[in-house]
Amino acid sequence: MRRDHTRSSQANPLPGFGITLGFTVLYLSVLVLIPIAVLSLKALSLSWPQLWHLATNARALAAYRLSLGASFAAALLNAAFGSLLAWVLVRYRFPGRRLLDGLVDFPFALPTAVAGLTLASLFSDNGWLGRFLVPIGIQGQSSRLGVVLALTFVGLPFSVRTLQPLLENLDKGVEEASAILGAGRLRTFVSVIAPTLLPAVLTGFGLAFARGLGEYGSIVFISGNLPFHTEIAPTLVVMRLESGGFDYTGAIGVALVLLIFSFTLLFTLNWLQGWSSKFQRP
Amino acid sequence: MNLPHPPTAPERPAQSSTQEHPVVKWLLIGLAGLFAALFLLLPLINIFAQAFSSGLAGYWNTLKDQNTVAAIRLTLLVAVISVPLNVVFGVAAAWAIAKFEFRGKAVLLTFIDLPFSVSPVVAGLMFVLLFGANGLLGHWLEAHGMTIIFAVPGIVLATMFVTFPFVARELIPIMQDQGREQEEAALTLGASGWQTFWHVSLPSVKWGLFYGVILCNARAMGEYGAVSVVSSKIAGKTGTLPLCVQKLYDDFSHPAAPFALATLLALLALLTLGIKTYLEWKSRREQEPL
Repeated sequence: MRRDHTRSSQANPLPGFGITLGFTVLYLSVLVLIPIAVLSLKALSLSWPQLWHLATNARALAAYRLSLGASFAAALLNAAFGSLLAWVLVRYRFPGRRLLDGLVDFPFALPTAVAGLTLASLFSDNGWLGRFLVPIGIQGQSSRLGVVLALTFVGLPFSVRTLQPLLENLDKGVEEASAILGAGRLRTFVSVIAPTLLPAVLTGFGLAFARGLGEYGSIVFISGNLPFHTEIAPTLVVMRLESGGFDYTGAIGVALVLLIFSFTLLFTLNWLQGWSSKFQRP
Repeated sequence: MNLPHPPTAPERPAQSSTQEHPVVKWLLIGLAGLFAALFLLLPLINIFAQAFSSGLAGYWNTLKDQNTVAAIRLTLLVAVISVPLNVVFGVAAAWAIAKFEFRGKAVLLTFIDLPFSVSPVVAGLMFVLLFGANGLLGHWLEAHGMTIIFAVPGIVLATMFVTFPFVARELIPIMQDQGREQEEAALTLGASGWQTFWHVSLPSVKWGLFYGVILCNARAMGEYGAVSVVSSKIAGKTGTLPLCVQKLYDDFSHPAAPFALATLLALLALLTLGIKTYLEWKSRREQEPL
């Protein structure tokens, strides 16, 4: 927990509160809040049946289903492999550990368009992985699997980096106590370590899931963008915008639904992080 | 570890109970390593292998193409405008949030996080709705001879939106941890507000600030979704590097060309990671004597 200096003295002698807060609120309003409000107002200015049709027609529903499903699958994969990576990085010492630790951030630093480009080529028919996978029926390019693969790649750092600090601060005394009381290593892991890690794993899952729902850059390259099949919701927004010419209404319905998803996730994650920080020691 | 054990308990719990069996340990390390090699390292190597698949000359021809040069210049221009503005915002926001108590702080923090969870495509659409030809301000802008959408200002705005939280998010926890005792001491000793900020507050957060800046910059130069919505993809005109990668990919005629551009962005990513590692090492070394 951070030290709470701020309440100790009554009058805060530090200058600049008014101007920095004012600038913060102004900048935030111009760049973020007003644009969000404009999108919402534009959506609400449409007639209700029209908005409903734009947001829930069959093509849009298929896109939401794929976006939610693929993000969920990718977040699940990340929870599994991310936990494995975090555990191995924190608990073991082995040659190449630092390289592995650095590699974890790679998807975060790499522009998503480049990630999509290289993953699409790896899993294509004559790509380094595709030439082995395609003959046995695993089609990573232009498929739903491709969407999951790309989302897993982009979301991986979130689950590792959420879990890592918690693992580092874990009190080993508890594990020893469990061992002294006669529990085997597996039992200790399942009933002592795992429950402590669960909130952080869930937070990482949520962050990866949220990232997946909004992702566009990497998917464009790998998924093939087939309506009803491999078209995710953000792609549909772009398609509607491009086919509409100067008529933006087609894109608004899907965008509004995506915005509602984002808000719901943001508040859920805030709550989750508050919950998981209770488990962290100072 | 130094807890007193009851006398009847063994001196130290058996090794097997506080550590995994070596076989399990090396199995886990192997699995993690294999996953990272296939899923993280291979995509990186693949970028360079594909880029040079048509030879060094082909690679060089793509890079010195005038569309590429224009894209590099535009990408740098966008970063040079958007990153400093977000730095000013980040420092101001961190100062207000970390050093003062006020109502609505939690709400403000949530709002600052918003761009992280809004899809970049939706962000781009928001600016089209505001400034596009049929947008809210479209007619006014047209009457005054200004274009934002399908032009550089639109790209800058969209980039600023998606990179908005990076610096603030990095600085706020560091500044909160430091409290304000040092600033109060400086003010008591007669320093002015600006002097206190420049000589006391800023130096103590410099590594965090630098880290926020390089993350913000990496995202600004690599953003694709938001930028693709607000730009018209006309070659050499309003295409940043990631947009050019897409254009060359759709073109099919030179399969190595998009990868040649991608190597530049991959090098930027590697550079960012290198600086990050260095900064972490540096700030840990400075904290140690304390």
